[in-house]
Amino acid sequence: MCLAIPMRVHEVLGDPGDPLTFPVAVVDEAGVRKEVRLDIVDRWPVPGDYLIVHAGFAIHTLDAEEAETNLKLMREMALHVDRQDN
Amino acid sequence: MLIDRITEGLRDPELAGRLSRQIHDAATRPLRLMEVCGTHTMAIFRHGIRSLLPAEVELISGPGCPVCVTSAGDIDQIIDLADRPGVILATFGDLLRVPGSDCKNLAEARAEGANVEIVYSPAEALKIAQATDRTVVFPAIGFETTIPVIAATALEARQKGINNFKLLVSHKVVPPALYALLGDPELAVDGLICPGHVSAIIGEKAYEPLAAKFHIPCVIAGFEPMDILSAIYLLVRQIQDGQARVENCYGRVVSREGNPRARAMIEKVFEPCDAQWRGLGAIPGSGLALRPDFSDLDARTAFGLVFHDVPEPKGCRCGEILTGKVKPPQCPLFNTRCTPTRPVGPCMVSSEGTCAAYSKYGGL
Ligand code: SF4
Repeated sequence: MCLAIPMRVHEVLGDPGDPLTFPVAVVDEAGVRKEVRLDIVDRWPVPGDYLIVHAGFAIHTLDAEEAETNLKLMREMALHVDRQDN
Repeated sequence: MLIDRITEGLRDPELAGRLSRQIHDAATRPLRLMEVCGTHTMAIFRHGIRSLLPAEVELISGPGCPVCVTSAGDIDQIIDLADRPGVILATFGDLLRVPGSDCKNLAEARAEGANVEIVYSPAEALKIAQATDRTVVFPAIGFETTIPVIAATALEARQKGINNFKLLVSHKVVPPALYALLGDPELAVDGLICPGHVSAIIGEKAYEPLAAKFHIPCVIAGFEPMDILSAIYLLVRQIQDGQARVENCYGRVVSREGNPRARAMIEKVFEPCDAQWRGLGAIPGSGLALRPDFSDLDARTAFGLVFHDVPEPKGCRCGEILTGKVKPPQCPLFNTRCTPTRPVGPCMVSSEGTCAAYSKYGGL
């Protein structure tokens, strides 16, 4: 059920101030454009951001820097003992 | 693009190999780690994670597949509603082949004339309701990731005044189930690989009391090979050092606080209730029911449904599978009478079910 692949935001449509419009982000999923709802997203996205999407709704706006730090920490974990070995 | 480079890094076989060696070095005694989430169970098989682990580290699957933990009594109610005239049952595809207590499933009900539509989002089910006079019922099954999505849809139905949309709610929340599971003296688990997207909503802090109470290390993981391996590495390190902390290997998605906006949405529409889990039984406060203010959306009230506690399918050991006590090959029906094309129990039906994962990837 959980889609792990972040989707890139092309544009954000709708008016968050109007209770009857439900703002969406237009994203790219495997080359296909589709709309995802923003009702429960933790941070309002801007074009170029990435979203984690669940059942048609964005649950998290990904920060590329955070993603890079995340990977960096794992890389350090992977290389740690090798450094000690050498 | 940066994000592509990051994804590539998260799947880098050389880095994964190094992390695997670190795990081999760190694990000096037998350890049992439970991956709570069904998406992790699938990812572990898909990426061949077990082949990268030393014999000391055993992975067992937990109760983290929403369809699998839905009680047979709840499944019966779903099939019952699908069979009623004037009803369109709009559901996630995973439910289609889960057998009810009389062995019939939704796919068969549909073949016999029931109106069953597969949707990818509850918002799609609401769209169907807008375009019809019939009553559209959506079986609301899921954990903390799915529940705010359903809450948002309930609010939309309310705001747009759509009255022919009903929810058959069997929501479950993860932490109370973990308390029940870890309180079971028969279950020997040394560490928890905590779900990625449930944690995106509830945050790291949700596990802190659990880690302290049961002195069990908890590490939150994403779904790429490096995510899972680094979580295993940190768990092994903590266990070897006698620690029991909450750590987060999925910092790009999960924060300490989680997603308060989604939680507020849940609170607006739902309130805690007791819930019946397949395999774990009744757990106080482990469910979320519609608040009285939203009872007009409740399919059980609208159709006067009564819950019957029905027995699990005969011979099926899903209950023990979901609590990590046995592995699928230990079930006499596994891959004989129970297969992905003719499932007996829910663990074989759902794409996140443990039996389905073992069957698809040849077991281990
Ligand atoms: S193999 Fe089938 S019958 Fe056995 S526990 Fe799994 S789902 Fe149940």
